Amino acid sequence: MDYFAQQLINGLVLGSIYGLIAIGYTMVYGIVGMINFAHGDIFMIGGFIALITFLILVSFGLTAIPLILLVVLLVSMAITALYGWTVERIAYRPLRHSFRLAPMLSAIGMSFVLTNFSQVSQGARVKPVPPIITGGHTLHEGADGFVVQLSNIQIIVVITTVVLLALFTWLVSRTRLGRDMRACEQDQTMAALLGVDVDRTISMTFVIGAALAAVAGMMYLLYYGLVDFFMGFVAGIKAFTAAVLGGIGSLPGAMLGGLLIGLIETLWSAYFSVEYKDVAAFSILIVVLIFLPTGLLGRPEVEKV
Amino acid sequence: MSEAPILSVDKLSMRFGGIVAVNELSFSAARRSITALIGPNGAGKTTVFNCITGFYKPTSGAMQLTHDDGKTIRLERLNDFRISKQAKVARTFQNIRLFPGMTALENLMVAQHNALMLASGLTFLGLIGAPSWRAAEARAIDLAQVWLKRIGLLERADDAAGNLPYGDQRRLEIARAMCTEPALLCLDEPAAGLNARESAALSELLLSIRSEQGTSILLIEHDMSVVMEISDHVVVMDHGVKIAEGTPQHVRDDPKVIAAYLGADEQEAIAVMESGT
Amino acid sequence: MSAPLPASAPASRAPGAALIFKNAAISALVALVLFSLMIGVRTEAGPDGQLTYWTRFGELATVVALVFGGSIIVELLRQWWGPASETKIIPPSVQNGLAVAGRWIGPVLLVFAILIPVIFYNERYLLDLSILVLTYVMLGWGLNVVVGLAGLLDLGYVAFYAVGAYSYALLATNFGLSFWICLPLAGILAAFCGVLLGFPVLRLRGDYLAIVTLAFGEIIRLVLINWQSLTGGPNGVTGIPRPTLFGIPLTPADDGLAALLRIEFSPTHRIVFLFYLILALALITNWVTIRLRRLPIGRAWEALREDEVACRALGINTTTTKLTAFATGAMFGGFAGAFFATRQGFISPESFTFHESALVLAIVVLGGMGSQLGVVLAAIAMIGGFELFRGLDQYRMLVFGLAMVLLMIWRPRGLIGHRAPTVFLEKNQAISSDLVKEGHG
Repeated sequence: MDYFAQQLINGLVLGSIYGLIAIGYTMVYGIVGMINFAHGDIFMIGGFIALITFLILVSFGLTAIPLILLVVLLVSMAITALYGWTVERIAYRPLRHSFRLAPMLSAIGMSFVLTNFSQVSQGARVKPVPPIITGGHTLHEGADGFVVQLSNIQIIVVITTVVLLALFTWLVSRTRLGRDMRACEQDQTMAALLGVDVDRTISMTFVIGAALAAVAGMMYLLYYGLVDFFMGFVAGIKAFTAAVLGGIGSLPGAMLGGLLIGLIETLWSAYFSVEYKDVAAFSILIVVLIFLPTGLLGRPEVEKV
Repeated sequence: MSEAPILSVDKLSMRFGGIVAVNELSFSAARRSITALIGPNGAGKTTVFNCITGFYKPTSGAMQLTHDDGKTIRLERLNDFRISKQAKVARTFQNIRLFPGMTALENLMVAQHNALMLASGLTFLGLIGAPSWRAAEARAIDLAQVWLKRIGLLERADDAAGNLPYGDQRRLEIARAMCTEPALLCLDEPAAGLNARESAALSELLLSIRSEQGTSILLIEHDMSVVMEISDHVVVMDHGVKIAEGTPQHVRDDPKVIAAYLGADEQEAIAVMESGT
Repeated sequence: MSAPLPASAPASRAPGAALIFKNAAISALVALVLFSLMIGVRTEAGPDGQLTYWTRFGELATVVALVFGGSIIVELLRQWWGPASETKIIPPSVQNGLAVAGRWIGPVLLVFAILIPVIFYNERYLLDLSILVLTYVMLGWGLNVVVGLAGLLDLGYVAFYAVGAYSYALLATNFGLSFWICLPLAGILAAFCGVLLGFPVLRLRGDYLAIVTLAFGEIIRLVLINWQSLTGGPNGVTGIPRPTLFGIPLTPADDGLAALLRIEFSPTHRIVFLFYLILALALITNWVTIRLRRLPIGRAWEALREDEVACRALGINTTTTKLTAFATGAMFGGFAGAFFATRQGFISPESFTFHESALVLAIVVLGGMGSQLGVVLAAIAMIGGFELFRGLDQYRMLVFGLAMVLLMIWRPRGLIGHRAPTVFLEKNQAISSDLVKEGHG
């Protein structure tokens, strides 16, 4: 039971990271109807930028951990958001009203570019960082000596996720930008006629998605203590799985899906085999799509004849 | 030959969540005749069509199709492509659904898919170019040519369907449905968007399909001149229920019908009344 | 699909020098922020595992300057060209010429391909490259059935390639079966996998199908890595038998082909044999596909791509139609995989990554969906280009990715933007790709 509780905690933390990435997928899909294949790599870039910022701050002799974390968070969000904006501007905007496969291939190309860019500019080797946030709380000590731990970093990951999710939900439901986004999601032409700047709204969607992916990248760095240039691919597919599982286009769905995927992956690793954890995650995707094509919280699609 | 109605719909209901689109609708369509289904917008006509042609599974009710040889088929038990393949019900769509990137001829060839599939020995005979396949293909092209000629599009056989003018596309869609050699042809607003001359040509085509092929036709139409001119029997729907049926003259004078149209859409009501004068 | 929104292009058609500079400065500023940390700072784990960094402001300045200069040049080029329309890049006369030449390009390419081993007998590298290109042509033709004809987006095509390769490798190494027995088996097994995957997922549409096939491709790869007892795991399968000329080995042995023909043995014999083998396989793929297009099944595939609802209304069983497309494409992938295994003599999961699927898909889409000739041209361009940039070494994928983006922006409809009808009465006229649908499932 204790072992299970521990896995539950680990799974929720991993799931929070997936959920943050998944929001980027779900938003972009909702508004432009394409899978942003480069989004996983945006997450990876976010992790790298967090790592570099962190190194620089530490080398300047900064020791106040909360301050470091805040600066790292803001810098990586800002720069990664610009990556998101640039990718949309270069690779997707020219193809907005084109043939459906063209933006998808353009996105795949962009994903290759980002992966390789990071490989070339920062080297292919894994970058480890020493644990930045240490310590934790013992929740329960079992009779057999097994300890259920909740580490500080896990607390930070979950709190950050919850705060950002709340902020973001507010942004989409209460602000002008959020209203524009929902309008563009429904009907871009009509939104444009009613004075919504569609280009800008779509750009902002990419910017926000990238900023959240940067947060996920930073959390990943803090939690696992390493980044590498290839981590975006698998994390990206899993986050997309999460977005689909939750119901694509739905923000709470993306978060829910992320948590579920995180839990499934952790529990599968804990009880079955670590080697097949990705197989499990991908199989879940297939099974979900077959039996629940609109996801858990997605709107059912009525076929128009 | 059976003289039972080709189609009899019995207490058909269709609900979408809490919305009742069709409520216990019963009517029948006589063999080798043209039955029109009319009613104001949102009356549930297309939903009835979608139930008959297998795109929706009705919530309740029965739809029985009787072929010329007396064989009966319960349409609500078939779905999807089987309605066309086994029950021989063909349809067209309110917004034309041709294969725009294929030529007019190809569109008509696709319609003969099931027959050609058998002739090509499920592809294997066709792959080796067996003579029996070649003959079947030539016959299929002949049939397509016959229909192209009837709709006046023989010269445009090799043009992409998407390049044809709107009225031609409407007729091509009917020809494509006829190439499946149906027992019942369901047309969803075939005259929509046609000018007076094209509407007249359409009426002529439908009458000739009934008389020459002996195909029964079920038709949704807003263009009252077409309905009044060619229908043998008219069923009027409003809010998912049948409010009247009978001959065109009978229906036209029915106060309930006029009220339904007046309540729904003034223009259509005027059209109903004008077509009677 | 035409752009329903007013484009912002007309306003910026002929910006003045000041505006060009301003835009370039903005681009440079964006580049500066983007690259400040990623290029300006280099991190590396030191010998003790401690992460260190050093700055590279020189490189950063160079890149930013390149972006600044580049955006000015691009803007000037754009003004010089005028609006980058189709007719501007390729004048109509040339396009018509191409359409006429199109009838000749195919046969000319075929004759050239047949003569390659004769012309380049002593150019081992070119022969190897030609074999590689032909392998991708075959894969492209196989995937073209699924994506180009049936309009089903398959991002996991490499899975079937892998199934074919491992089928041959394992059957040959474990049971000693010959290549010629294994080849059809590999195709059948791959087709079987196609049906297995296709059956549950084919009712999904568009992007969902894409992501499920991608997941399937990854599952196959992960299983290959982890099922060590069967597949040898990451180490792969070694010692895969080389193909024989219907039983006659291409070795210097006494019963080898060289000895039988009483000619001097040369390792090139095998290369030439492999070349003709893949050429034959690719041509069979092409022939079968062209035949299938003119059969009801092929027309149903294309009709499915055009409008699935209409297909159902015409009594076409869309599920089996999709399945046959999937299985046919998978079968060709399986053949290509078996060839790959016998050519390499060694296979490992590393050869079957998502990158391969993306490459083959790029070949199909760049070629022009559904165009057989387009696939050949795209395969030559992509694989040839990829080889040209071999000198760039680590930057190769960067250039490749950028090329993919730029090619898509340049020609979203692919190189050959016409569809040839499968049957005609009077005149066989190509159909503009603007009318041809791309499929939804």
